[in-house]
Amino acid sequence: MTASTRKKPWQTVIGLTMMAVAMFGFGYLLVPLYDKFCEITGIGGRTADGPVQVELSDEINYDRKVRVQFVSTVNSGLPWRFEPTQRFMDVHPGKLYETMYVAYNRADHPVIAQAVPSVSPGRASLFFNKTECFCFTEQLLGAGESRDMPVRFVVDPNLPERVELVTLSYIIYKNDEATAVLAAVN
Amino acid sequence: MSHETTAHNNDSHDDHHAHHPTGLARWVFSTNHKEIGTMYLVFSLIMFLVGGAMALVIRAELFAPGLQLVNPEFFNQMTTMHALVMIFGAVMPAFVGLANWMVPLMIGAPDMALPRMNNWSFWILPFAFTLLLMTLFMPSGGPASGWTLYPPLSLQGGNSLAFVILAIHLMGISSIMGAINIIATILNMRAPGMTLLRMPLFVWTWLITAFLLIAVMPVLAGAVTMLLTDRFFGTSFFNAAGGGDPVLYQHIFWFFGHPEVYILILPAFGIVSEIIPTFSRKRLFGYTSMVYATASIAFLSFIVWAHHMFTVGMPLGAMLFFMYATMVIAVPTGVKIFNWIATMWRGSMTFETPMLFALGFVVLFTIGGLSGLMLAIVPANFQYHDTYFVVAHFHYVLVTGAVFAIMAAVYYWLPKWTGHMYNEKLGKIHFWWSTIWVNVLFFPQHYLGLAGMPRRIPDYAVQFTEFNMISSIGGFMYGFGQLLFVYIIWQCVRGGEKATAQVWEGARGLEWTVPSPAPLHTFDTPPVVDDSVAVHKDELT
Ligand code: HEM
Ligand SMILES: [Cu+2]
Repeated sequence: MTASTRKKPWQTVIGLTMMAVAMFGFGYLLVPLYDKFCEITGIGGRTADGPVQVELSDEINYDRKVRVQFVSTVNSGLPWRFEPTQRFMDVHPGKLYETMYVAYNRADHPVIAQAVPSVSPGRASLFFNKTECFCFTEQLLGAGESRDMPVRFVVDPNLPERVELVTLSYIIYKNDEATAVLAAVN
Repeated sequence: MSHETTAHNNDSHDDHHAHHPTGLARWVFSTNHKEIGTMYLVFSLIMFLVGGAMALVIRAELFAPGLQLVNPEFFNQMTTMHALVMIFGAVMPAFVGLANWMVPLMIGAPDMALPRMNNWSFWILPFAFTLLLMTLFMPSGGPASGWTLYPPLSLQGGNSLAFVILAIHLMGISSIMGAINIIATILNMRAPGMTLLRMPLFVWTWLITAFLLIAVMPVLAGAVTMLLTDRFFGTSFFNAAGGGDPVLYQHIFWFFGHPEVYILILPAFGIVSEIIPTFSRKRLFGYTSMVYATASIAFLSFIVWAHHMFTVGMPLGAMLFFMYATMVIAVPTGVKIFNWIATMWRGSMTFETPMLFALGFVVLFTIGGLSGLMLAIVPANFQYHDTYFVVAHFHYVLVTGAVFAIMAAVYYWLPKWTGHMYNEKLGKIHFWWSTIWVNVLFFPQHYLGLAGMPRRIPDYAVQFTEFNMISSIGGFMYGFGQLLFVYIIWQCVRGGEKATAQVWEGARGLEWTVPSPAPLHTFDTPPVVDDSVAVHKDELT
């Protein structure tokens, strides 16, 4: 065969294979990138996973009032009732507040659940600080048990002027593995 | 039969290439680009019929409101499987088959760069689809969450998900190997004088498609691997209770998904750009601009993915960005349509079947492009999303787009493959039959969507009855009409009027310089290419 004009393809093949492998890695890289992106921009209404330290000596803005709404959703896999005790609160930025959610386990066995918070509008989520929340840890309720679960929060005085209404929403899910482990232990 | 004797002649003519195994082994061990191309095309045709049968189950159930034939669970498996089979089993392998047959012939190469890998790329596919299709017979049934496999729904089905994911991995590996092979062939095996800007557009569009494949098939593999570990190994990529996020899946999936739809259409653009000049007896208008338009479409396809997920709740800025970026794709697409029309301008046109399908493509694909633009408008998308309007959109671009182009290509090159002319009269009947019924099938779905009928449902409100009946009738007529296509191919393989080397009066390019049927081995000595042989010369320069 007059191969002289035809080049050996191996370099091309190796390069392209590396590209394919790199793109597989890129797919996984999208996971942390997405998380970081949401964290920085507040898109998706993400809030911090743990308590936020706030300087309570910060001046409280008594001239400004922001309405905070409380919402809850129970995932269909979880046999609980889970509701806020108050539908909304009118708060002053900079001041610490506390509200309660009440949860009740309808099942005849103990169940472990995890609540996932979300704040909307997304740009408000960066200014909504929870100093204490039942969502920071998993919650265990015995059969038929009911409990009040507190949330403490401060709305940052730097919350953009245009935001007058903030919604704090929780979706609560069953933690299947933990519940199964619990059942096995008992 | 005359066909067999020609095949024999070829074998003996090429006996310096060691002897060829016969029977089944000839196909199983083949490393010849033409044989592998044929296998891809036959496989794709079978998958087209399997996927088509599933579509008819769907249309039969939707003929009237209420649940008549199948239960909702099975209905959902049909919509999911239909899409997976058609996309990964019918359209993509058809394009790869065409590339196998034609790319070496068009650039003057003796074979693909990596013939053994070529054999593997093909033979993975039957295994992949056996795995996929056999889930239908498992206790938990096949996948039923839509071809997009969105969590959490896709994670709530049965264990057969593991088979589906493995099948998708195999299809991905096959596509990636095929793509690597095609790029390696195009970059390394061109005949002397076949510079990049002398390559036929089918070769160009495939080169760009192959890069898209290598860039996004691994991302799909990653996404489904995350589904797999979420479902079976306790990770929480998409599981909100464990700190994951189901919306993340949609981002990763559509990062693959939108380039994927261009993988399904760019080779079609290439085919149409070969056929229209031939039957207009002119060179392609604006060759270079076609190349750049293809490249820009490929680039843009990476930055528009979120137009599939406007309704998940995105910041305004993101919605605006993705809306405008999507609309910008219409510009290079418009350039292409303009060039095709300009190629026909004052050409001495004839309307053989390949040309009819190519023209059908230009008109009907444009309808799909326009409904795409409507979908890209965010406020309109909130209304149209997940309705039959979307179904109408993607069937115009995929059936009257990709599938019409594949059929055009088959009619165009069939004489080169078999050495016989197909039956022109039947071909024309096939075209008109398909064109009329495919519109009866899909056009009413626009109205159903605008009126609010959701997609992926087995039952619907009674006010949608008439249009669904019309659509189902169109579906059955179009579907059974495709048996004519199978018959025409069969007839042409068996015999018919002898084809000349050039086949079509206006055809240009290296593939028409070899005899018909193309012997098993071609261009063992590379041809020399200069402007007089080159298919394309930019008429503007
Ligand atoms: C001008 C070009 C195009 C535009 C502006 C466009 C726009 C869109 C938009 C906005 C959607 C999302 C609709 C929704 O779910 O709400 C969509 C869906 C879709 N498009 Fe296109 N599109 C174009 C071309 C194409 C092409 C060329 C193909 C394939 C060959 C294609 C295949 C699809 C498919 C398969 C879907 C549905 C995916 C699914 O949800 O299952 N589109 N298109
Ligand atoms: Cu898209």
